[in-house]
Amino acid sequence: MPRCLAGAPGLARFNNYFDQPVPRFRARVLVSLRPSVLDPAGEASRAAASRLGVEGITSLRIGKAIAVEIEAPDAATAHSRLSLLSERLLANPVIENWSLELLDPIANAAP
Amino acid sequence: MTIGIAVFPGSNCDRDVQWAAEGCLGIPTRFLWHEERDLRGLDAVVLPGGFSYGDYLRCGALARFAPLLEEVVAFAARGGPVLGICNGFQVLTELGLLPGALTRNRLLHFVCEPAQLVVQPGACRWLQGYGPGETISLPIAHGEGRYQVDDSTLERLEQEGQVALRYSRNPNGSMGDVAGLSNAEGNVLGLMPHPERACDPLTGGLDGRRLLASLLG
Repeated sequence: MPRCLAGAPGLARFNNYFDQPVPRFRARVLVSLRPSVLDPAGEASRAAASRLGVEGITSLRIGKAIAVEIEAPDAATAHSRLSLLSERLLANPVIENWSLELLDPIANAAP
Repeated sequence: MTIGIAVFPGSNCDRDVQWAAEGCLGIPTRFLWHEERDLRGLDAVVLPGGFSYGDYLRCGALARFAPLLEEVVAFAARGGPVLGICNGFQVLTELGLLPGALTRNRLLHFVCEPAQLVVQPGACRWLQGYGPGETISLPIAHGEGRYQVDDSTLERLEQEGQVALRYSRNPNGSMGDVAGLSNAEGNVLGLMPHPERACDPLTGGLDGRRLLASLLG
């Protein structure tokens, strides 16, 4: 995993503080209702699926997918900050589960 | 005696609470903008109904981070009376001042109608004007009022008399018919029905009056 961007365009003295830009990670947080929690919107959509003529849907539950980008020195730090975010803000653990998918760092665009 | 009324971007029952308290009961009020921190001189705080921060993410989820609410949590911890109505109840659960969560109504409809409620005042200081088992009528108006909590917590809440208000006829699928909950100490009450809309004879019943008037002792 590259920790610095070699050959970034632009003026080095403005762009490359210590020649070590902070990596930016892309992540996806999936929030779903706990299995024990009723999902009336999912049930209504399941009923609509059969009216559409799509047969065989036995379960349909609606959650949220949240796309996040985060600057962090490394993947472990990004992961721990995003876990806190998911647990304390994006999901309500009383009724929701969450999972976090951390993708590879993306290149920092030169200003 | 002064009641502070929280005002978040998207609150819409703040003025109703003001009218009920000041206009109907003669209790002075002060609006508290969500970025304020000064609760000096207040004897109670009301978190009113509405759609705080547009109800983005989840109802009440973002309001929880308002600077004002840090002070409200400290105020409640000192025993200060705090009342959360509708969206305010949702905020109280997101804050962790009351257990559980309020989720989408079972039949997905926004329900807006009078609700018959059975009151169990217990230790709740907001409900001392009502008799145990008394049935009252207050308006409800919500899309996300179905109370959800794990079974063991619900059992504990019932045993400890914290289920202060129950629907006679469950309108939203709420577990345990819960319409309102008190904390163990009795100073914090969250409820989905709107007592402030039942204080003026021009708009219907008067069953909400005793709730706000309880502060007068």
